[in-house]
Order: sequence, then C-alpha cells, then structure tokens
Amino acid sequence: MNNAFLKIESLAKVFPSMRGGEPLTVFENIHFQIAKGEFVCIIGHSGCGKSSILNVLAGLDEATRGSVIMDEREVSGPSLDRGVVFQSHALMPWLTVMQNIVFAVKSRWPEYSREQWKGQAQKYIDLVHLTGAEDKKPAELSGGMKQRVGIARAFAIQPKMLLMDEPFGALDALTRGVIQDELVSICAETHQTVFMITHDVDEAILLADKIVLMTNGPHAKIAEIVVNTLPRDRSRHDVHKHPHYYRIRNHLVDFLVTRSKEFRNNVPADYDPKHPPHVRPGLEPDTDVLPDQDARVRHLHQPAMPVAA
Amino acid sequence: MAKSLWVRSSAVSLLILVVLLSVWHLAALPEKSSGAPAGMSDEYAAMMGMGAAAAPKAGMPGPADIAVTVWEKLSDPFYDNGPNDKGIGIQLGFSLARVLAGFFLAAAVAIPLGFVIGMSPVMRGALDPFIQVMKPISPLAWMPLALYTIKDSSLSAIFVIFICSLWPMLINTAHGVASVKREWLNVALTLEVSPLRKAFQVILPAAAPTILTGMRISMGIAWLVIVAAEMLVGGTGIGYFVWNEWNNLSLNNVIFAILSIGVVGMVLDLMFGWVSRLVAYRE
Repeated sequence: MNNAFLKIESLAKVFPSMRGGEPLTVFENIHFQIAKGEFVCIIGHSGCGKSSILNVLAGLDEATRGSVIMDEREVSGPSLDRGVVFQSHALMPWLTVMQNIVFAVKSRWPEYSREQWKGQAQKYIDLVHLTGAEDKKPAELSGGMKQRVGIARAFAIQPKMLLMDEPFGALDALTRGVIQDELVSICAETHQTVFMITHDVDEAILLADKIVLMTNGPHAKIAEIVVNTLPRDRSRHDVHKHPHYYRIRNHLVDFLVTRSKEFRNNVPADYDPKHPPHVRPGLEPDTDVLPDQDARVRHLHQPAMPVAA
Repeated sequence: MAKSLWVRSSAVSLLILVVLLSVWHLAALPEKSSGAPAGMSDEYAAMMGMGAAAAPKAGMPGPADIAVTVWEKLSDPFYDNGPNDKGIGIQLGFSLARVLAGFFLAAAVAIPLGFVIGMSPVMRGALDPFIQVMKPISPLAWMPLALYTIKDSSLSAIFVIFICSLWPMLINTAHGVASVKREWLNVALTLEVSPLRKAFQVILPAAAPTILTGMRISMGIAWLVIVAAEMLVGGTGIGYFVWNEWNNLSLNNVIFAILSIGVVGMVLDLMFGWVSRLVAYRE
C-alpha cells in the first residue's frame, strides 16, 4: 500500500518484570497502516494494549520495539500534528469553553491575533453545536457537551491525524448517538484521518472504514482487519437496514466473544503478523441463517455489545 | 430557606453572646462583703488593700468596663506618647507589617521551591528529610539564633514569621503541583506547550486552590506567632502591648488587646477565604 499515511511497524510494548518474574509483553508484532482520510477503529478486550498503542501514536508513551511513521517521518514525542480526544475529555475546569479551545488554537498558531484565535475557536464551537455555551465552565456542562468541547478542541488545531480514546465511553446511549452523527458529518466535511478506540461494535460499524481486531493480551496481536463494506455516507438511523450490517456485526461480535481468546491457540496456517488478513464479512453470503429469523433479529437488537472490563 | 437559616443561626449566636456577657458580668461583680474581716481596724484594712475603697478597683473587669476601654482606645487609635504609650492602631500596624513582610518573603521562597519539589521527584526525595526535620521546630526556638546573627529585634521577629510561614506554603504548593491531573499535562504535551506556559497556564491554575490553602494556614500561624515573638523582642507591636499592659496590671487593656488580635486574625482569614474563592474551580 503506497498511499499509507501512517505506518505502524512491528510495534511491541513490554513491561519489565516485577520482582524477578517474567517481563510482561502486552502486545507485539503490531503492523498496520492508515491511509489519508481513513477512519480506523480498533476493537479488543481490556488489557490488549489498545490504549498503549494510541498513546504511542500520540507520543505520550514509548513503544519497547517498532516504529510509527506518519507522513514519512518517524513519530517521537507528542506533536500538534496529532490531535487527541481523551476519554475523560480532559478539559481545564478553570477555563471556559472558549478559553479551553483558544488555549489549543494559541498553541498551534501563536502568531495569530486574539481575534483570529477566537474566530478559529468559534468555528469549531459552532461545528459541534455548542454555540451559546462559549462562556460556560466545564462544570456547568453535561457529559456530552464536555466531550463535544474535547472534540472541538482536537479538531480546532487541524491536526493531520486525530486520535480518540473511547471518546463516548462515559456517555449515555442517546447522547452518544447524537455525537456520533456529528462526528460522521464533521469527518465527512474535513476528511480527517482518525484512529479511534472503541468498545462498541455498532459505533465501529457506523464510524469506521476499517476495524482492527485485536486478540486478548498478553502477547496481543492484530487478528485481522475488517473492511467496512457499507457505503460511506452512513447514518445511525438506517445503517442497520443495509444487508451488510448484520454480517459485519455478527463477525465482530463473534470475534469478541470467542475468537479473540482462542486465536492464540489456533492461529491460521497462513497468518502473517506483517500483513494481517483483510476480511470483508459484509460481502460474504449468509451461511448460517437461523430458521427463526425473528429470534435472531431480537438477539441482535440487544444494546451495545457488552465487553468484560 | 437559606435566608431563614442565616436568621436562625444569627439569633442563636446573639443568644450565646448575651449568655456569655451575663456570666462574665456576674463573675466580675465586686464582692459585696468588701469590708474588712471582723476585728480589724478600718485603717489597717485600708493599708492591707482590703478596704472598702480598694475592692472595686482590683479584680477582673466586667464587660461594661471593657466596653468603655474599647471606646476610649478606638476613638484615638493612632496617638503616640513615647515608647510605652502608643495607640492600638500603631501597635497592630507594627505587628501586621512584620507579619506581612515575613509572610511574603516566605511565599517568595516557598512557592517557587514548592513548584520544583512538586515537579521533580528527585528534588522531592532530596529535600524531604530537611523539611521533615525543620517543620516541627517551634518558630520561637529560632529567636536566639536570629537575634545573634541579625542583631536587630524587629528583623528577628520578621525572620521568625518567615520560618513559621514557610512550611505550610511549601508543603501545600509541592502537593498541589504534584497532584495536577495527568490528563491536563497530557493535553499540554500534545499541544506542544512550552514549559513556561505550562507552568503558568496549566500547573499554576490547577494547583492554585491548594497553594492558597497553604497560604491561609501560614497566615493563621504567622498571626499566632507574632504575639509571642513580640513579647520576646519587645519594643512595638500588639504582642509587646499585651506584655506591657500585663506589667502595668491593666487587665482592661490586656482584654482589649486579646479582642483586637482575634478580630484582625479573623479579617486576615476572611481575606484569604475571599481570594481562595477567586481561584477555586469546580470539576
């Protein structure tokens, strides 16, 4: 793949042994690539090192081995090129919404005038529909609004790449849905390259072009990369009506429930960690149609896939 | 609801005040049987200080006496009739000047040093033993050393205030800086914020409430210590005033001084409370 914008090569994270025990390898042999403008989600159980990978990409953590190359340059240390949306929104509580975003804008363009800082911030406040809340402090906002500010702050510096660590994990389902829709439209508008961690299978199908599946840790690996074959202009309201939807969803749920932990014991013969297989479950014909269609649909309509913490 | 709560607690406060003043008044009443013991001649009784004329003058002053003293003292707070007779305003002014000088000197040392300790675990470990040993030393224990090296009583008092204000500010600043949330520092990191901007725009506002708490504690301690320090070094100040009036056996003035120490201490604390609210933030 020549158009790779971000290349991750043989990344590994090893924690040194505690009191003479074995060193703990969280993940190893991680290879994958992200093209410009692509939205990639990573799914896996807790402890597989998703957050570590994201922190390495953000430059907040160092990998034990391997390299990350973005835009033909090796990533070392944090940079304004990579915006981060933190799970806990990480807003500064003593600053207003406007000041929080201006703080970021000012870091990106210190040479701008005060008006330009505010103008840039205002643009992204409007984009996440927080117009009118500019002078509120984070404590006066709901969880969803806080995370919108976090998203606006990350987008406002116009990073080459956006990293999101379970940005909607702490939100209720209704708020999450609304912000997901906003994120879809912002990404469509800005052609932002995004790498996002999620626990939510439906969220991944709605947002991602590719879904990276990680096996359970320790020694976590990328089992495969699911290509989302749904058309890109997806919306929360009708995405589940597309014939590919349940095929992809079943594939993901199946992976999380069983294959993520069994992968280690029966690695496919042709598995090559340098080129994890790209699969397109949406294009595969249904092989195991249950006789009782209604029961199956009911089963699938259960809320977001629960994942062991 | 909040207002009625305020009204009710004020009423109870007033009631307590009235009770306390009545008890004080009754306890301080001159004894009725002020006459001399039986068999003693009036002349001898007067000589012994037990005569009818002597009794009301001695003993504890009552609230009414104090009210008169307060009125007299406050109506002319800034007179200066030589070293042993100055108005209360002048004495409190001397004490406040020493406290503020020592306090702000201590802040100028403690807050930057606390930043260093809070940000660097190495410095924290290195300085911790010194802090642990120095902190429990009564500030007055430094007085002889201060007098010997500085050779100036007023500066020595300021030094004692400096020493006693240092520790709460140092420890609170270090704690506040060390416990700034990792996520805010990560935000600063990913935005490539310069170290100076990070210190002033992220760490300082994040740690400000804790730093202010330390300053408030320091100011409270400084105001406690200045009275004792001035009793030792003498010359001027509210502490010296208390001791001087005790030597004059003027309990009226001693009680008046005690009240003014309390009121000034309260005002100082209220001021820090007000500043604390300015830098406080809700998460």
